[in-house]
Amino acid sequence: MEPLSNRRKNIEKLPMTFAERAYLPAIAQGLGITLKHFFKKKATVQYPEQTRERSEHWRGLHVLKRDENGAERCTACGLCAVACPAEAITMTAGERKAGEEGLYREEKYAVTYEVNMLRCIFCGLCEEACPKAAIFLQDDKIAPARYERDEFIYGKDRLVEPLKTTETK
Amino acid sequence: MESVDLVYKGIYILAIFGVTLLIATYSTYFERKIAAFIQDRVGPNRAGPAGLLQPLADAGKLFFKEDFIPAKSSKALFILGPGIAMLVATMSSAVIPFGDVLLIDGRELWLQAIEVNIGVLYVFGVVSLGVYGLMIGGWASNNKFSLLGAIRAASQNISYELAMGLSLIAILMMTGSLSLREIAAQQAGFNWNIWYQPLGFIIFLVCAFAECNRTPFDLPESEAELIGGYHTEYGSMKLGMYLFAEYINIFVASAVMATLYFGAYNFPFMFELEAWLVEATDSVVTANNIVTMLGVGAMFTKIFLFIFFFMWVRWTLPRFRYDQLMKLGWQILIPLAILNILLTGGGILLKDYLF
Repeated sequence: MEPLSNRRKNIEKLPMTFAERAYLPAIAQGLGITLKHFFKKKATVQYPEQTRERSEHWRGLHVLKRDENGAERCTACGLCAVACPAEAITMTAGERKAGEEGLYREEKYAVTYEVNMLRCIFCGLCEEACPKAAIFLQDDKIAPARYERDEFIYGKDRLVEPLKTTETK
Repeated sequence: MESVDLVYKGIYILAIFGVTLLIATYSTYFERKIAAFIQDRVGPNRAGPAGLLQPLADAGKLFFKEDFIPAKSSKALFILGPGIAMLVATMSSAVIPFGDVLLIDGRELWLQAIEVNIGVLYVFGVVSLGVYGLMIGGWASNNKFSLLGAIRAASQNISYELAMGLSLIAILMMTGSLSLREIAAQQAGFNWNIWYQPLGFIIFLVCAFAECNRTPFDLPESEAELIGGYHTEYGSMKLGMYLFAEYINIFVASAVMATLYFGAYNFPFMFELEAWLVEATDSVVTANNIVTMLGVGAMFTKIFLFIFFFMWVRWTLPRFRYDQLMKLGWQILIPLAILNILLTGGGILLKDYLF
């Protein structure tokens, strides 16, 4: 048959030499290679004691930030949900009542805010879309393993940054 | 035999038994450590300092696992299998001389449990019984895969025992003795058999790997095609016994190789050292005892190097295919061993003729 290209090579299968048939030189070579690994640097990280340093730009678990007075920044505008390519974010908006100024920064706030960690691809587009600098992907936390699928839907209880009580003292 | 000697023998046998078990236990730890180092990992390091309690943790786990016996199995044989494997493995170290003679209170204490003038035959006889453990275990499991694994183990052991015995004949022709103590004593100083029998040693080494069912000859346990081989149906400490017997066999094979080819307890310049010690301590007995104890150290160093070699090879080489394994045994190793016998015989005749 006519070859499709001129790159075809004729491969000759030479009979093995005596050294090759005797296996032993090849085995000795292999042993040398494995012996070298005794002196190599280990790739292992002793996980609970040490953690591998992550990049500054690493995107992990989400957090909903509070402002300097401790009020939630999120106004439930929905831009993050729109920007999310995996459609992992859902929320319902509510109106701030009188007397809740300390709790929510704007007149509108998120009554519920859920991120489905099974859908999330940690792309960081929500972070970029947020006009209020409310949602961030932390650089030091990952979503831990769980047994049930619905445990991966993170509500406000797990997303909102805890109040810094110790700093005021 | 006097009662003092009997007591000494009893203590010595118990000590060797304990040492055998201890070395086999820690072989499992070092196996994992060496595997880890070859693969750029750290290995067990959680249980105790540097993971040294890991064998205890493994044993504890095995003891508390469910002891399962298949319903249609032959129950008595099923229990007997690992027992035989273990018994046979621990028996064979009895004739190995771990050291020369100690002189205490004018009494000669040989560092060897039993001196029989057929020591080599004893080792071979006992080691070849080991295959019964595997065979019975595989048969009693009432499982096709176990049986196939057992058949593989049996045919492999038988094939390689032939080449092993033939490679040993050359050594026996040179030494003219079957007694391991005699063979060890003839290699005094640096006059080791390996210098005269390199080919025989390589054949013996390959056969020892096959006899111990170690990689690259661990066909009976090839998990890809036979699940777990002869011990598929085994769990708990019965499986532990099989695996443990394998490590004891490695220890015994290392000891036999060190005795036959690497000068047993002899080390270079031992006579010069002894002469110097006689002058320094002004006592022949003390000098002898010091050299003997150093010899025991030399013997165990050699054994540990061989055990390391077993593990090093395991984490380097892939497994043989079964037909290749059989071809290597029957068509290559046995003719090579016979050639080695002819060469040795010729060498001995030539030496007689020339000198």
